[in-house]
Amino acid sequence: MERIPVLRMGSLLLITIQVDMHDKLALQLQDDVTSRIAEWGSTGVLIDISSLEIVDSFIGRMLANIAAMSRVLGAETIVVGMQPAVAITLVELGMSLPGVRTALSVEAGMELLYGAGAGFRTGSDDERDEA
Amino acid sequence: MSDLAEIIARNEGQIRSEWIRDMSQTVLRTDLISKSELEEQCNTLLKSVMAGARSGAPTDVTTSGWSPAREFLEGISSSRARQGFSPTEVATFVLSLKRPLFAAARREMGTTPDKLFEVVWTATELLDRLALLTTEAYIATREELIVRQQQELLELSTPVVKLWEGILALPIIGTLDSARTQVVMENLLQSVVSTNSKYAIIDITGVPTVDTLVAQHLLKTITAARLMGAECIISGVRPQIAQTIVHLGINLEDVTTRAKMSDAFALALQMSGRTVVRQAASAAGSKGVLAGPLAKQEA
Repeated sequence: MERIPVLRMGSLLLITIQVDMHDKLALQLQDDVTSRIAEWGSTGVLIDISSLEIVDSFIGRMLANIAAMSRVLGAETIVVGMQPAVAITLVELGMSLPGVRTALSVEAGMELLYGAGAGFRTGSDDERDEA
Repeated sequence: MSDLAEIIARNEGQIRSEWIRDMSQTVLRTDLISKSELEEQCNTLLKSVMAGARSGAPTDVTTSGWSPAREFLEGISSSRARQGFSPTEVATFVLSLKRPLFAAARREMGTTPDKLFEVVWTATELLDRLALLTTEAYIATREELIVRQQQELLELSTPVVKLWEGILALPIIGTLDSARTQVVMENLLQSVVSTNSKYAIIDITGVPTVDTLVAQHLLKTITAARLMGAECIISGVRPQIAQTIVHLGINLEDVTTRAKMSDAFALALQMSGRTVVRQAASAAGSKGVLAGPLAKQEA
């Protein structure tokens, strides 16, 4: 089955959405992200949607859900690289994604995550005792 | 075969010369059109009217027999609309054909009043319709002009300016309606992507009034920019507008606003970790000067 890869970069999860999202894929992604955060103890989730051209209210809600779920699990979510057309569509759909943080590029998103205390670490067996 | 067509055919030369003479006394605009050009147009119109009158439907100008006359008239009305003729002048071009035409009918049928009346009535009906046609074509041309100007205005009025690395400014001039908001939003978001700017200053000094609708449009733009990872600052809020916003109960709590664009720019520089310092007085005389490259502060 097709699924979206969830990459691990130290304490961060990196997700690049490069295919057209359909509902099943989105639900699968929610499952994967939450279980990976729990498994690896990630403190940051970076979702790159720069190649996402089409968006509907379901995908919008899915992004908001992933952010909310990650927060519950103690990880900060940042959505990066949203296309202008996608942003306009979401606004027209009335979805301003209030709980989701955004950044222009992957680079800017990483900076934000490091700033938020989700520091880059190499080993999963490091102590995680920062506030 | 109609009587009108016959009359025109037999008296063509005389009708034309009287028509041109009449027109040169009333509405000939030698500043806009040359006499030879006018004669040429009269000639063509008279010929196509004759052809139309012979077509079997002497007064119904919508039939195919009249299409050459119709096209010709629409062509000259739209060209005259662009040249700056008034609608009256354009319609008079056709209407002034009446007198010479009636005179010719009288010469031909002066002895039979019933027939004369019939021909005169046909000619009146016909020329009135043709004159209305020119007016309609005139208005259509003008409306086309207005639509094109509106479009040009739309394109002209939304420049996105890069103030600094990562800081954009969008001065909005004129009232924001839905169509303009769309253009403004697209322009801004496109520039945010292409210049990789994190901060955008929307200056509303040139927006005459801010009502709930305009505020809603602004908020939409700001939300879309935020979704992409850029932050917006609204500047140029005049005191009256600040009062209006509060009186209308518009919620701008989540939006950063500043009174002047300079304040917003300073804030954007500060938020991006930059600082502006005045050079030592000895180096730049008594006047304060911006320090060359703005140093990026290490946080």
